[in-house]
Amino acid sequence: MWRFIGYRLLQAIPVILAVITVTFFLVRIAPGGPFDSEKAVMPEVKAALEAQYRLDQPLFSQYTAYLGDLARGEFGPSFKYPGRSVNELIGAGLPVTAELGFYALLVAVVIGGLAGVIASLKPNTAQDYIPMTAAMIGICMPSFLLGPLLVLVFGIHLDWLPVSGWGDIPGDKLLPSITLGSAYAAYIARLSRAGMLEVMSQDYIRTARAKGLPEWQVVTRHALRGGLIPVVAFLGPAFAGLLAGSFVVETIFQIPGLGRFYVQAAFNRDYTMILGTTVFLSTLIVLFNLLSDILAAWMNPRLRAQFGEQ
Amino acid sequence: MTTEVITDITEAEQGSSLWHDAWLRLRKNKLALFGGITLILFVIIAILTPWIAPYSYETQNLDLGATPPSAAHWLGTDIFGRDLLTQIMYGGRISLAVGFVATSVALIIGISWGAVAGYVGGRVDAAMMRFVDILYALPFMIFIVLLMVVFGRNILLLFLAIGAVEWLTMARIMRSQVQQLRQQEFVEAAISLGLPPSTIIRRHLIPNALGPIIVYTTLTIPSVMLLEAFLSFLGLGIQPPQTSWGLLISYGAETMEEFPWLLIFPGLALTLTLFSLNFLGDGLRDALDVRRSKD
Amino acid sequence: MATDNSATRWVGPLLAALLALCVGSCGFNESNVAAGNRDGVFHFGNGTEPQSIDPHVMSGSPEVNIARALFEGLVTRHPHTMEMVPGVAERWDISEDGKVYTFYLNPRARWSNRDPVTAEDFRWSLHRSLHPQLGNQLAYTLFGIVGAQDFATGRNTDPESVGIDVLDDLTLRIRLNNPDPYFLSTMGTYPTYPVHRATVEAHGQWTDRFAQWTRVGNFVGNGPFVLSEWKLNRRLVVTRSETYWDREKVTLNAVVFHPIESATAEEKMFRAGQLHFTQLVPLSKIPGYQAMDNSPYQQHRWQGTYFLQLNVRRDPLDDKRVRQALALATDRQKIVNTVLLKTEVPNSALVPVNTPGYQSPPAPDYDPQRARQLLAAAGYPGGEGWPGMEFVFNTSENHRKIAVVLQQMWQEALGISITLANQEWKVYLDTINEGDYTLSRMGWIASNLDPATYLNIFTSESGINRTGFSNARYDEIMLELAPAEADPEKRNALMREAEAILLEEVPLLPLYTYNSKHLVQPSVKGAPPNVLDVQNYKYISLDPAIPVWKGEG
Repeated sequence: MWRFIGYRLLQAIPVILAVITVTFFLVRIAPGGPFDSEKAVMPEVKAALEAQYRLDQPLFSQYTAYLGDLARGEFGPSFKYPGRSVNELIGAGLPVTAELGFYALLVAVVIGGLAGVIASLKPNTAQDYIPMTAAMIGICMPSFLLGPLLVLVFGIHLDWLPVSGWGDIPGDKLLPSITLGSAYAAYIARLSRAGMLEVMSQDYIRTARAKGLPEWQVVTRHALRGGLIPVVAFLGPAFAGLLAGSFVVETIFQIPGLGRFYVQAAFNRDYTMILGTTVFLSTLIVLFNLLSDILAAWMNPRLRAQFGEQ
Repeated sequence: MTTEVITDITEAEQGSSLWHDAWLRLRKNKLALFGGITLILFVIIAILTPWIAPYSYETQNLDLGATPPSAAHWLGTDIFGRDLLTQIMYGGRISLAVGFVATSVALIIGISWGAVAGYVGGRVDAAMMRFVDILYALPFMIFIVLLMVVFGRNILLLFLAIGAVEWLTMARIMRSQVQQLRQQEFVEAAISLGLPPSTIIRRHLIPNALGPIIVYTTLTIPSVMLLEAFLSFLGLGIQPPQTSWGLLISYGAETMEEFPWLLIFPGLALTLTLFSLNFLGDGLRDALDVRRSKD
Repeated sequence: MATDNSATRWVGPLLAALLALCVGSCGFNESNVAAGNRDGVFHFGNGTEPQSIDPHVMSGSPEVNIARALFEGLVTRHPHTMEMVPGVAERWDISEDGKVYTFYLNPRARWSNRDPVTAEDFRWSLHRSLHPQLGNQLAYTLFGIVGAQDFATGRNTDPESVGIDVLDDLTLRIRLNNPDPYFLSTMGTYPTYPVHRATVEAHGQWTDRFAQWTRVGNFVGNGPFVLSEWKLNRRLVVTRSETYWDREKVTLNAVVFHPIESATAEEKMFRAGQLHFTQLVPLSKIPGYQAMDNSPYQQHRWQGTYFLQLNVRRDPLDDKRVRQALALATDRQKIVNTVLLKTEVPNSALVPVNTPGYQSPPAPDYDPQRARQLLAAAGYPGGEGWPGMEFVFNTSENHRKIAVVLQQMWQEALGISITLANQEWKVYLDTINEGDYTLSRMGWIASNLDPATYLNIFTSESGINRTGFSNARYDEIMLELAPAEADPEKRNALMREAEAILLEEVPLLPLYTYNSKHLVQPSVKGAPPNVLDVQNYKYISLDPAIPVWKGEG
C-alpha cells in the first residue's frame, strides 16, 4: 500500500512538470497581453514594464528562469497587482476556497448520499421518485441561478441570512456552501443510487439476505461499501470541479477566494498568477485523485487484497 | 458459476436478442417511455423550427419590449420585443445539438480511454491516467480562448472543445468500473478462454459498466448545456442573435424579478429535457441490466 | 469486520459537522449602514480589488476612488461646484501668457507621519511619476510641462530638464509648453499626487513598482484619510487622518471600500443595507427604482461618450458614403429609449453633450431616406451587392443589446446584414489595437471637461486612433493651432471646426453621452451627483437620524 502511494506520488512529478510547461507556453500564445489597455500605452512605458517582468528576454530563458524560481518556492510577482507576489495572493485565497469547497462537499456527500441510498432501497416508488426529482432539479439549477435565488429569498425577503461575505458576519457561509454543493449533491445522489442498485442485485447481497440478516444491516454492512465506489471515484474530479466552479459562487457572494483570482488572472493575462494557481491547483488535484483512488481501492476488497500482496 | 459465465457470453453474442429483450423491458417502463417520446418530440421540433416557428427569431419590436404571455405571444416577449417561444425553439436547436454532440465526443473518448486503462492496468494505466490528470489541471479558460482565436469562432469547434473537456471524468468512472469488473469471475473466465482483450472490453466490460455510464451521461448532457451557456455568456461561445437555452436562462436570471417569464419558460424547457433524459436513462439502465434480466 | 461499519461510522461525524455549519451560521446582525450611520463609517461599493494604491502606478477608477482619500494634490475639485479649489496649495498665480504656474503651499500641510509637505516633495514626486522605468501609464497626461515628454521617453535622462522648479520650501513653479486652460484641473489628478520620499526609498528604489511602501503599517500619505486595513478582495479601510491640514472639515471617521465586481451582487448588498453607495446599478433594476418615492437611485450626465469605431481602411467602410449612410440610419433616440431604458443621453457628436463652454457642431438627424440614397450611390442600392461586415464588441450585456438592435435597425433601414462577434476583453483589445476589425465599439470617459481630451483621440499621431482616419487639417488644428491658442473662445472655435471634420468623415459613429448611476442611502449627505462622477469624502457626512433604506420601500 505504501509502495503504491509512493509510486503514485513519484508519478505526480512529471505530471506537474508537464502542466507547468504546457500552461507556460499556452498563456503566451493567447492573444492579448497583460499590459494591453484601452488607453494608449507609450512604447517606453511598455518596454519598462516588460523589463521588470523579464518579458524582454527570449521565451525559453524566461521558462528556465521561471522553473528556477519555482524550485525556490517563488511564484514571482503578480502582473495585475504590482507589489503583491503570487505566493501572497494564493495564500490569501486558498484557505477561503478550501473551506468553501470542504463545506460544499460536505453538503453534497451528506445530502446526495442519503438521498441516493434512500431512493435505491425501494426503486420505482415514491421513496425513489421524490428524492431523485429533487436531485434532478439540483442539476438543472446552475449556480448562477440558484445563488441569486437563495439570496433573494433568504437574504432579502426573509432577511434571515447575510447576502454576501465570508467569515465577516455569522451565517454568511451557509448560502454559498449550499449553492456550490447542491449541484454535486445531485450528482452524488444519482451515482449512489445507481451504484447501490448495481450492488443490491449481486450474489453476495442475496447470500447475506438468505442468512436472514435484517435489511438495514444488509445495506449498512454489505451494500454501502460497494455501492458507493462510483461516488468515491467521483470525489477526486468533484473536488477539482469545486475549486474551478467556486468562481461563480465566489463572485455572487463576494467571497475572497482563489477561484475569483484564478479566473480574473486568465482574463487579465496575469501570466505569473495563471501559472502559480495552475501549478498549485494541479498539485492539489493530483493529490485528491490519488486520495480518491486509494479510498476506492480500500473499499473494494479484491483490489485491496491485490495491494496487500504487492 | 461457469454455467452463468457461458450464458453471459451467449447472450452478449446474440446482440440482436439482447437489444430486443431490452426494448421489450423498456416498453413496460411508462416513465422511460414518456421521457423518450418527449425527447423525440423536442428533437423533431428543433429540426422543424425554421418552418414552424411562429415568428422570425431576429425580428424585433423595440416599442413593444418585454411583455408577459399573451394571445399573440404565447410565452411573452423579451426586451427586444422578440417572441420568446420562437427564441426557445431556436435555442433548443443549439442546446440539444451541443448536448448530444459534445456528450457523444466525451463518451467515445472517455469510455475507450477509461476501459483500456482499467483493463490493461500497470504502466499503461498509470501513463494514461496521468495524461488525464494533466488535462484536468490545465487552465480551461485559456484553453478555450486559444481554440476560439486560433481556429475562429465556430459552433462545431465549441462542441468539440466542450467534449474534449468533459471526457475526463467519464474516463475515470469507466476505469474504476472496469477495474472492479475485471476481478469478477466471468471476466476472468473469458480471459482464460483466450478471448482477445478488445472483444472482452467490448462484449463484457462495456456492457456491464453501462449502468453508471448511462447515469453519468444523463448528468453530462445538462452540464454540457450549462457550460455552453457559461462560455457564450463570456463571449467565447455562440454569437448573438443566435441563442441557446443556457443563454436564455442566464439572461433571464438577470431580470428574474422584473420579467420572470424570461427565466421560467426557458428553464422549463431545459428541466423537461433533463427529466426526460433521466427517465430514459434509468429505464435504459434497468432494461440493459444483464444480470437482473436473468431473474 | 471492524471496517464493515465504516460507512455508517462516517455518517455521524458528517452530520454533526453539517449541523455545526448551520448552527454557527444563523444569527442576526446590525447592517453595515445602520452601524455606519451611527459611527460615521461610510460603506462604498468600489468595483474591483485595487491593483495598487501608489498614485504613480495605478490607472483604474477603483484605485482612484481610494487615492482621493489617501492623497491630496496641489488643487482639488469641489464636488458641488466643480471649481478647482485649494488643496495643498493655498493659492496660485498664472502668468500673463498662461504658460507659468506658481503654487504657494499651505504651511499647515502635513504627511501622516507629521512631516511637513514641501515644494520639493511635489517636484520629486512629479519626476517619479514621469520616470520611464516606473512605467506609469498616465505619464502622458503631464506632457504639457516643459521637458516632460523627453524625460518620460528617456530622450533626456536628467530630471532637472523638466520645467518644475522649487523656489522655496513652500513655493513651486511649473512651466508649460503651451497655454493650457485645463492645466489646473490636471494638477488635481492622481498622477500629480505627492508621495513621501523617505517612505518610498525606505522600501526600495524610487522606480520600483513592487515596493512595499503602500502596505498597512508602511504607508504614509497626505490626504484626509490614512490606510488602516487592506484585506485582499474583502475590504480596504481608511480612517480619518490626525495630521491633515483641513481635518476639522472631515466628518467621516472611516471609509470602507468594498471590492464588488458584479452589479447584481452590489445591488443586493445595497438592498440588504450593507452599502451606502453603489458603483453601478443593473440596468433592468432602474425602472423599478425610478418609480419609487424617495428613491435611492441617482442618475447624472457624465463626461463620457459611447461610440462605434469605423475602420476606414476596410471594405466597405473605406467608402465615406457608406459610413455616412450608417450614421444616418442609426436611430439613437430609439436605442436609448428602448433597450437602454432612457438611462443615457443620445449624442450624435464626439464631445459629450452639455460640455461646459463648448458646443459641438450640428450633426445630421436620423434620416433613413438619405441613408439609402448614399448607400445606393456607393453601389449597394437596397443592400444589393453588400459584402457583409462584422461588428466586434467586448463581452457585456449593454454592448450586446446595442449590437443586436443596430443589426436589426440597419437591416430594416438599408437592407444590409452585419454579423456580430463578442470577444473577451483582452482578445478584443488585441483585435482593435491591431486594426483587425471593420466595425467595433469604444467608450471614453474623461477626467476633465476639456473637449480636446476627446478630439485628440483622432489625430494621426494618437496611439488610440484605431480607425485609420487621417486628415491634414484636423491634425493641424489639434496638434498645432488649438494647443497654442491662449484665448478659450478661439480655442473652442478651432475645436468645433475639427469636430465638424469628424462628423463629415465619420471615422466614428457616436451613440450617446453616458449617465453616471448610483444607489445612495438617504443618510448620505454632501455627495451630490456630478458631471465627472467624483466624490470628495472630505465633504461627505452621514445622518444617523435617517433610517436605513432597505428594499421593499
